[in-house]
This record gives sequence, structure tokens and C-alpha cells, in this order.
Amino acid sequence: MSVLTQFAADARDFLPILLKGCVVTIQLTLAALVLSTLLGFVWALMRLSPYAGLRWSAVTLITVIRGIPIIVQLFYMYFVLPELGVQLSAFQAGFIGLGIAYSSYQAENFRAGIQAVDHGQIEAAQSLGMRPPLVMRRVVLPQAIRVFLPPYGNTMIMMLKDSSIASAITVAELTRGGQLIAASTFKNMTVFTLVALLYLTLSLPLTFFAHWLERRFGRK
Amino acid sequence: MIVVDRIAKAFGTHVVLDDFSLTVDKGEVICIIGPSGSGKSTALRCINGLESYDRGTITIDGTRVDRGDPSIHAIHSETGMVFQRFNLFPHRSAIENVMEGPVYVKRLARAEAHAKAKALLEKVGLATQIDAYPDKLSGGQQQRVAIARALAMQPKVMLFDEPTSALDPELVGEVLKVMLTLAREGMTMIVVTHEIGFAAEVADRVLFLDHGHILEQGPPEAILRNPQHERTRDFLQRVLRPGA
Repeated sequence: MSVLTQFAADARDFLPILLKGCVVTIQLTLAALVLSTLLGFVWALMRLSPYAGLRWSAVTLITVIRGIPIIVQLFYMYFVLPELGVQLSAFQAGFIGLGIAYSSYQAENFRAGIQAVDHGQIEAAQSLGMRPPLVMRRVVLPQAIRVFLPPYGNTMIMMLKDSSIASAITVAELTRGGQLIAASTFKNMTVFTLVALLYLTLSLPLTFFAHWLERRFGRK
Repeated sequence: MIVVDRIAKAFGTHVVLDDFSLTVDKGEVICIIGPSGSGKSTALRCINGLESYDRGTITIDGTRVDRGDPSIHAIHSETGMVFQRFNLFPHRSAIENVMEGPVYVKRLARAEAHAKAKALLEKVGLATQIDAYPDKLSGGQQQRVAIARALAMQPKVMLFDEPTSALDPELVGEVLKVMLTLAREGMTMIVVTHEIGFAAEVADRVLFLDHGHILEQGPPEAILRNPQHERTRDFLQRVLRPGA
């Protein structure tokens, strides 16, 4: 049997398991993305708040989160929290850990976008009698979005790839699936080539989505 | 209607406004002139609460202007502000800019706000440009949209902060013409300007501001034709004959 036909035969065997891993990878990425976006937005607003206490808390949080490796944060979620009485499933620990870890990057990104909006815009909105939440929603965010969407597209793709770190806390996602098959079959080349190709395939729609976001919001 | 009572403001040790007082009656047009850095813009921005002041009081129809008080939002919507650099919302068309306040602050129905905004844009001579985005409009056109946007809130007073200073000379006239019409219609206006001709024609009163202090004030013919202070004379000479 040639190398290629052997590869095709193994792929047929392994793909069903790996595709199940893909589903978990997608769920994990989306959940972590939503959480990191929400948290990042909150940190960014705190960071830009007129109250020194809030600003200071946000800076501290962002610095701490950014200074600790993602894998260590996941270990904390999965192995340390239970000792403190908080029991999380591997998937919950994975998406919460990734979401928190990524929130610091999201926060800095949002902050840059919000700060790029000309102060005269805020004054014009205030002069119409708008209260701060309305100023944010109608004037600042629609303009800030042009600044933070291109890096946001990148963040989505990075999140997809970094979701593989959750394999270290036994989340049954794509990388973990690959590790398990490779460990029992020793077909490392076939397995990890398939895993690599699957990540690449998953990242393509995100790349298109990122471009679409940029086109949709990037003008005006 | 507007009473500014001896307000003072300093940035650190730099005094911006010193003992500045001003009373404006309904329908009056006040022009504030003076060298740059004299505190003209700051005075105007204090009146609608965009800027805080350290001492004194400002009231509009009896309500104190206080940046720290929730009433500030109502004050904002009752005072129309026109900025030197227009500050139109770049992500919205001309008519959306004008509708923004009525729809989102006054909660007017869209159709009604649209009709009113259209009428205002016609009034400022932009009937054919209502759907244009700001980056497709000239400076003069943008400033006229900005005036319409402020008028859409039906303010008690219109504040103009050097509305023609960022414009090419040939576009100044179209903006001044709109302001002249407003003044003739009885709008209460406070205008910070370097357009002495406009002040002479439209103002009920001209204030000359120097180092945060009103050096002299009175009807335009008195201040502009026959200033009492050396500094006012100097300033007028420089403005009227650039380079002299």
C-alpha cells in the first residue's frame, strides 16, 4: 500500500473522532470569544471611567491577567478552584479561563478604539443633551468599531488556535482528540497533519468573517 | 434669561476667566471678540456646561449650570452649540445628523423628526444635500448642517464658538448669512468671532475680552468705532488690517 492510500485509510478511521473534537473546539472558541468580548468591554469602560478607583482596578486586573500564561490560568480554573469549593466541568473551566485570559487583550483593543474617537464628537453629542450611555452607543462606538474590528478579526483566529490549550485540562476538543488517537496508534504524522488541516479549515471562515466585518463597519 | 455672575476659572496658575459677568436677554445677540487666549471660547463653553468654572454662578432661565448635576443634560439640550471644527457625526448623513437629537434625546417619532430636519436643512440652503455624508460636504456646508443640528433641538439660545475660523475665506459668507437670518428672526445668540463686520451688523452688544476679563462692552458702534481702551484699539487694528 502506498503512503497516500494508507493516509486516506487512516484518515477515514480518525476523522469521525477528530470532527467531534472540532465541534467542541468551535463551541469553546465561540463561548470564550463572547465572554472575553463582554469582559474586555467592561474593563475598557472601567479603564476610561472618570473614577480613579475603577480605573485603578481595571489596570490591575488587565496587568495580572496579561502577565500569567493562559495554560496556568486554565490549571487554576480546573485544579485550584475545586479546592476552594468551586466545581467546574473541563469545558466550563476552559471557556471561562480562555475568556478571562483574552479579556485583557480585548480591553486594550476596545480602549484604543474608543480613545481614537475625536473628543469634539463627544462634546457635540453632549451638547445635544445626550447622556453618557447614549453618547457611547450612538456616537463613540459606531466610530470606535472601525478602529477595533481589524484587530478583532485577528483575535478570533488566535482564540481558535489557543483553544487547543484547553486540551491540557482534558477538554475533549480537536487537539486532545488528536493526542488520544496518536497515543494509541502511534500514527503521529497522519494524526497531527489531520489536526493541522482541520484547524486551518476552521480558521478560513473566520478569516472571511473578519474581512466581512471590516467591509461592513469599516466605512463611514 | 442668561445670567453669568462673576465666574472665574484657572488652569493651575493660568487664569482663564476672571470676574466674568454677562446678562443676556431673550432675543439679544452678543458678540464676544478679543485676542486668542483671552478666554472667549472658555466663557462660551462654561455657559452650556461643557467646561466647569471655579467660582461664581451661571443660570439659564433660573436653572444653575452645574456640570456635576443631572440637570446639565437638560441645559445641554436647551443650548445649541456650534463648534469651530463643526464636529458633525462622520458616520451619519446630513439629515441623520440633524435628526439625532430630536429622535434620541427628545424621543420624537422618526417621520416627524425627518420632516423637521428636512425643513431645517432647506432653511440653511442644503435642500439638495440632505443625504450627503459630512466628508462629501465643504466646510461651509458642514457648518450649516451643524447649525441645523443645533436648531433641531429648538434651543433657547445658540452659542457659536468661532464658527467661521476653520473655513476657507470664500465659504465664510454662506455661514454668516445663515447666522444673520437667525438673528433677524429673534434667536438669542452668543457669538465668539473674529468677524468684526458681522459683529457690527448683527450684534446688540459687543464684548471685548482680554486676559479673561471684559475690558469693555457696549453697542457695536461704540466698541468697534470708538473703543476706549488702548488694547481694544490695538486688537481691532490688527483684525481689520492684517499685517498692519
